[in-house]
Amino acid sequence: MSVDLATVKRVAHLARIAVTEDDARRMEGELNAILGFVEQLSEVDVEGVEPMTSVMPMAMKKREDVVTDGSKAEDIVANAPETTDHFFLVPKVVE
Amino acid sequence: MSDLIRLTIAQAREEMSRGALSSVDLTDAYLAAIEAANPSINAYVSVTGDKARDMAKASDARRAKGEAGALEGIPLGIKDLFGTEGEHTQACSHVLDGFKPRYESTVTSNLWADGAVMLGKLNMDEFAMGSSNETSYYGPAINPWRNEGSNANLVPGGSSGGSAAAVAAMLCAGATATDTGGSIRQPAALTGTVGIKPTYGRCSRWGIVAFASSLDQAGPIARDVRDAAILLKSMASVDDKDTTSVDRPVPDYEAVLGGSVKGLKIGIPREYRMEGMAQEIETLWQQGIAWLKDAGAEVVDIELPHTKYALPAYYIVAPAEASSNLARYDGVRYGLRVPGKDIADMYEQTRAAGFGAEVKRRIMIGTYVLSAGYYDAYYLRAQKVRTLIKRDFELAFNAGVDAILTPATPSSAFAVGDESLASDPVKMYLQDVFTVTVNMAGLPGIAVPAGLDPKGLPLGLQLIGRPFDEETLFKAAHVIEQAAGRFEPKRWW
Repeated sequence: MSVDLATVKRVAHLARIAVTEDDARRMEGELNAILGFVEQLSEVDVEGVEPMTSVMPMAMKKREDVVTDGSKAEDIVANAPETTDHFFLVPKVVE
Repeated sequence: MSDLIRLTIAQAREEMSRGALSSVDLTDAYLAAIEAANPSINAYVSVTGDKARDMAKASDARRAKGEAGALEGIPLGIKDLFGTEGEHTQACSHVLDGFKPRYESTVTSNLWADGAVMLGKLNMDEFAMGSSNETSYYGPAINPWRNEGSNANLVPGGSSGGSAAAVAAMLCAGATATDTGGSIRQPAALTGTVGIKPTYGRCSRWGIVAFASSLDQAGPIARDVRDAAILLKSMASVDDKDTTSVDRPVPDYEAVLGGSVKGLKIGIPREYRMEGMAQEIETLWQQGIAWLKDAGAEVVDIELPHTKYALPAYYIVAPAEASSNLARYDGVRYGLRVPGKDIADMYEQTRAAGFGAEVKRRIMIGTYVLSAGYYDAYYLRAQKVRTLIKRDFELAFNAGVDAILTPATPSSAFAVGDESLASDPVKMYLQDVFTVTVNMAGLPGIAVPAGLDPKGLPLGLQLIGRPFDEETLFKAAHVIEQAAGRFEPKRWW
């Protein structure tokens, strides 16, 4: 399988990365090189093989349903580009 | 240059415990060495001198009270991927511009609890994506090794290139690193240092910037096998904050060093004999086999038939997980924000400006293989192939093999800005051809220096072990180290 320029732009938008026409053209070649490389997986017989979900055989650990952390609003917003009163500020979403 | 920086961790521990050395003096010696070398080596992206001196003072005070921990007073470098409270933590990316976490990763917390001192944050490929440290926002770290008679800069490997360069140039006593496809073992091999990626689940991933969560593991890069054993003992732990942290006690790895490998069954996988492999790599491998045989190990040929599919499967699984993990960098909660005409445009502009070319490439691949209509053909198939890769290893171990010996890398260190590698991303990916299978199967792997190539550059061998049998790897790597000796670069910086 390979990607064309329109697909590159669609994927870039899905990934929320702005691309120029030049970026998209360069990426088209690079992505096709990588997709060409991974194409060899199609020759592997995977009939009846379970996909890996956990590399170590283990049951998911479960915690007690209790509060162990919190009240850290100051810490959580400390690194944000724009905040007010412990809220993250973003451009207007709803008119 | 002070001779203090020449002490290994084990030697410094000995000197300090008999009262002949203070952590303050040792720390100052390293800070002076960093100041002199970093303009050439670029191993550190942030030096935390004041914090280091404070930690060293506190360490000396603890020792005076008889409360010395396992790493008491030992100055370490920390890969920029580890969250360190109040200190530079950017995964060497512009998108995390100015980020200083309000928390400390579990691995580094363990080190400080054992008395270690932080010298600063180490260079790496952006978000640990790369094999040469050249994708770093801060420019490449430089390998302290050079071709004999040349003054051209070589890469230290990646992604933990800063860690490997700092250890090889003696700019820290040891360093933390992480390994998703070879990022500890490949740079260790290219710099003549020892690096171990432990079993998946041995070190907590909590507080480490995530790349590909099902593959990422932390481990040390050190000057010798003993130091690597000492560091891993402190880094590893059982952690409730990481649900993939495995609930088993951490053994005393150092205690196995010097133990006999007599009767140990070492597997040699024929599939690692790659077409066009350099003669010096084959020679090194045969030398490693001979050393282990001389020490009494039994060497057997084994088959790992799905080896050639590990790298292509990795380049689906790792980008898929990365595209999900890196979705959080959107200019809202931390790091860089580039304004846009609306919120979606702000996300797109921020990510376009914040991520470098290799990171974008991998996010794009990951987004594509997970997108509607392609999931089964790519991601699901890759995860099935991953099951087969792991099964290959299980069959070998079930047949009685204790460890597997392979080359660590297909070549020695290459030039900064190598054009054939820069123009073809897949060619760079092949740097991890011997290491990536280990991540896909979750196994432990250690890279240990074994010799020099005809250009005078270090080469490493890799030992792969059963899950949670790091002890056998340390024991066998120690045998190789004893036979090969240690390798130091000639000082030019």
